[in-house]
Amino acid sequence: MSPESISPILQQGRHGSNAGQPLTRRDGVLKVTGRATYAADNHPRGMLYAVTAVSTIARGRVTSLDVAAAKAHPGVVEVITPANRPPLSHNPAEKMPPFGFRVEVLQDDTVRYVNQPIALVVAETLEAATEGAALLNPRYETAPARTGRDNGDRYAPPAIGVGSPPRTAYGDIEAGMASATRVTTAEYSTPAQYHNAMEPHAVVAEWDGDRVTLDMPNQALALSAGAYAKYFGIPPENVLIRSPFLGGGFGSKAILNGPQILGILAARMLQRPVKLALTRAQMYGPVGHRGATWQTLRIGTEDDGRITALHHHSLSATSSFDDFIEPAANSSLPLYASPALLAEHEGLRLDTGTPGPMRAPGEASGSAALEVAIDEAAQACGMDPLAFRLANYAETEPGTNKPFSSKALRECYDQGASRFGWSTRPLEPRQMRDENGLLVGWGMGTAVFHCPHFPAEARATLRADGTALVETGGADMGQGAWTALAQIAAEALGLDPDQVELHSGISNLPDGGIAGGSGHTASAGLALHNAGEDAIAQLSELATSDEASPLYGAGNVGVVARHGRLHRRDDETRSESYADILARARRREIVGTAKANRSPDVAEGHALLSHGAVFAEVKVDPDLGQMRVSRLVGAFAAGRVINPRLVQSQYFGGMIWGISFALQEEAITDRRTGRIMNADLAEYHVPVNADVPSLEAILVPEQDDIVNVLGVKGVGEIGVTGTVGAIANAVWHATGVRVRRFPIKIEDLL
Amino acid sequence: MKRFDYIRAASASEAIAASAHPNSVYLAGGTNMLDLMKIGVARPDRVIDISRIEGLSEITWQDDGGVRIGALVRNADLAYDGRFARTFPSVAEALLSGASAQVRNAASVGGNLMQHTRCAYFHDPASACNRRVAGSGCDAREGENRLHAVLGWSEHCIATHPSDFCVPLVAFDANVEVEGPHGSRDIKLWEFYSLPGSTPDHVTALQPGELIVAVKIPAASAAFAPNARYLKLRERTSFAFAVVSCAAALQIDGGMIQSARIALGGVAARPWRCQGAEAALIGVEPGREAFEKAASLALADAHPSGDNAFKIELARRIMVRALTLAMEGTPETMPALPASPFPSESGARHVA
Repeated sequence: MSPESISPILQQGRHGSNAGQPLTRRDGVLKVTGRATYAADNHPRGMLYAVTAVSTIARGRVTSLDVAAAKAHPGVVEVITPANRPPLSHNPAEKMPPFGFRVEVLQDDTVRYVNQPIALVVAETLEAATEGAALLNPRYETAPARTGRDNGDRYAPPAIGVGSPPRTAYGDIEAGMASATRVTTAEYSTPAQYHNAMEPHAVVAEWDGDRVTLDMPNQALALSAGAYAKYFGIPPENVLIRSPFLGGGFGSKAILNGPQILGILAARMLQRPVKLALTRAQMYGPVGHRGATWQTLRIGTEDDGRITALHHHSLSATSSFDDFIEPAANSSLPLYASPALLAEHEGLRLDTGTPGPMRAPGEASGSAALEVAIDEAAQACGMDPLAFRLANYAETEPGTNKPFSSKALRECYDQGASRFGWSTRPLEPRQMRDENGLLVGWGMGTAVFHCPHFPAEARATLRADGTALVETGGADMGQGAWTALAQIAAEALGLDPDQVELHSGISNLPDGGIAGGSGHTASAGLALHNAGEDAIAQLSELATSDEASPLYGAGNVGVVARHGRLHRRDDETRSESYADILARARRREIVGTAKANRSPDVAEGHALLSHGAVFAEVKVDPDLGQMRVSRLVGAFAAGRVINPRLVQSQYFGGMIWGISFALQEEAITDRRTGRIMNADLAEYHVPVNADVPSLEAILVPEQDDIVNVLGVKGVGEIGVTGTVGAIANAVWHATGVRVRRFPIKIEDLL
Repeated sequence: MKRFDYIRAASASEAIAASAHPNSVYLAGGTNMLDLMKIGVARPDRVIDISRIEGLSEITWQDDGGVRIGALVRNADLAYDGRFARTFPSVAEALLSGASAQVRNAASVGGNLMQHTRCAYFHDPASACNRRVAGSGCDAREGENRLHAVLGWSEHCIATHPSDFCVPLVAFDANVEVEGPHGSRDIKLWEFYSLPGSTPDHVTALQPGELIVAVKIPAASAAFAPNARYLKLRERTSFAFAVVSCAAALQIDGGMIQSARIALGGVAARPWRCQGAEAALIGVEPGREAFEKAASLALADAHPSGDNAFKIELARRIMVRALTLAMEGTPETMPALPASPFPSESGARHVA
């Protein structure tokens, strides 16, 4: 749909202003003309290049490195190994909550996964550093690698995701199963997926005494500055992170990793600026990934399709030395009404790098399994999958019985189904063919995502010329924060967006919080909104207490800010421009500041969730098994939409990742060695343009007065959920073959 | 990166002379060689850049209707050459189904013939690979080998040849014209690639210093133009190597097949010409029954080399489909998705 066709409700601004407009992104021209500066584009004078040598075994220890050969290579300046690695002020074996994992920074000769850094070579050129690393010719003492379910070590994790409990139960699950007329049980598996952001992780580090400047892509500026400060024993304010643009983040750039720390350490050791940029292959290990899962779902249903019990168990892979358990089973908690719910997780220790957040961590894998299981339960009941979902529609949050702050899922179902044409879908599989004889199938899935809120701060400065500078240390990973945050600030300030200059992406600004969990627009946006309101309140105070102002005596509540002027609310013809108010007061500027967080009772009293419904059409060649998604329609309700163009892009991005998850994406690990055999973009498949069919994302209106003052939920990740299941269900509907292992492959359908 | 000498050759003879230096490689489009150098699989001491040699970028039509394609003709330029695409439509279709538009714009004809297998163990210097290091072993044999060879493999190597272009070329009796220290010669493309046997490191028939200067397709193969297709199964719609592929071409006269050309891709260390199947189709009425019989013959000697038994059945089916499409006739225009079983239209129609 075109942005112009967005519902008028979504285009209403608070002060008759700017939010809701489908503005193009502010950084677009810079990016398409190659002028946006990414971390690795920086070349301070005297810069050296650092390259990590990485392990080719998954488990064991390094017994020798030919440091002499590497050092003898022309251009090599230094080789850093555990033998000479300078000390760090933080023990890398200690986690640094909330998102600090154990990292590998050459603390010893132990090897715990493939592609772990085992040395760092620093040289005058990238080529010399690369060859130096190759010349190290490591020897190993190798232990058997744990690479899969059959040889990994199962354990009971103390927590899952980022500190959630591993087991959540509501009602009596076995009693619920016993009361069911049928129980549908199946196991589903999802593979390890690795971060392949367009921009690999990089850092350019330059020290000046005990101060360091880091050019690096980063999703959590203040948090990271604090963490680097701990590693290097300096005050947080001595760490300056510059991250104006990220070439994608997806969760991997919110978390510290060994290679970047080593690059910074090398710069301090050698007293010269150092650049370290990972190769594509080196991203398959130390920077987090989506861990593999094996999920079992049991769904008890009555004859009318109502769920009596929903049991979701996930065996989630993590590393041998740290815990990031995909909270996949929790996907079954907030969605379908059931008197009994049980979500539980087991861990599986493998000799891999530690997994971490990757766009919809837990939700993506969990939704994939849940939505196929729901389809199977509907099939067992002889019901249409949409009717089955509606029969189990949760009016309050299942288990907790909390009211939803808002929930327009029914509208998502209605609008998505209508647009897709779902009502003509035959119940049985293998009933549709197209004009070329290809099998056609239709499937659906429900999308859901929580709405986190991170503490954030902002500053809004009204300037003498009537324009504003707004500042928050946020992150634009490509989602359009530069644009949407400016729109929110402009709205609060009663200015047009082009009169608002936004500074972001650098750590010496007020803490913009984390760009993650789909919470950045709400979190940093609310801080900007509050800072803007603070500035306007100060400006109003100036005007209404000044006898020379037409607003004199109106009081703070008596004015409204619009298009750079304050108006009396009771008589809008009486107004004065910001510039005039400031000039008469002889003020060069007014600075508004704010901190923003969510009040605890909002989350305690309500379920805060975005929802959606995704409908997929696939075509399958009946003889050859080749599949294509030919249509995807998603309808999403995520509170107020600040910029429909950007929101639509987020939904599209999520849905395309859903295609990837369902049909393509998978790290292929050698079962004997733990080496990832497709660690490049030629063989690690993600969709190309030709794989992406007609996509539609419907922005379903939803007003939420509870989630936050802005009414904004989050849109960054929800598009992945629902989509994977919808595609898998469509493949079943086309072929009659139920594939429970992702990604679905040609041979599954032969 | 390992240090190496870089020499830009002005002529074929200069390049050949330069290659007398041990551990030399020729560099043309660089779409494969440079990648291999970056990941440490190729570590040459001398790189001889042949990309600026004059006279190797021409498409020349012979008096008898055959064509001589200079080794430096870009894949894209060949595929979009009007006369070439009309005369050998399935070769153009194969070219356009390969790699991505960017790669096709850079990759040369000779380089396409010389590209290395995509076997992940060949690409991983930490793995044993008899093809990369003679006698080191084959980690693919017991490894992740879902896409490996089902024909012509040996215990020492189960890699496949990745080219699309070469599949119809083999079917059409193409010849490789090479120049070397001892003069020039033609090699049949079918014989250009060695099966692994016990010497998988012996990949091609090229002798030290020999340089591909042209690929030639004989005039007789042009007779198949009305009924020639290339079909490719892959796991994404572009920029993916074939799971299996098939070039099929027929000459049909009076309702009977007069002659057939069939080759499979993605199944063996070389593009796999299926002469037995071709012979079985001569004098036969084209149709499903005949095609299935031919396909069974073509795969009679196939054996899985690992977790890839499905490729045998898939190869049979794709051959039947490719022959069927060939029988139906070469499309008037190149399909929007060349070599794909999917047409460009969308939309569902109920039949039930």
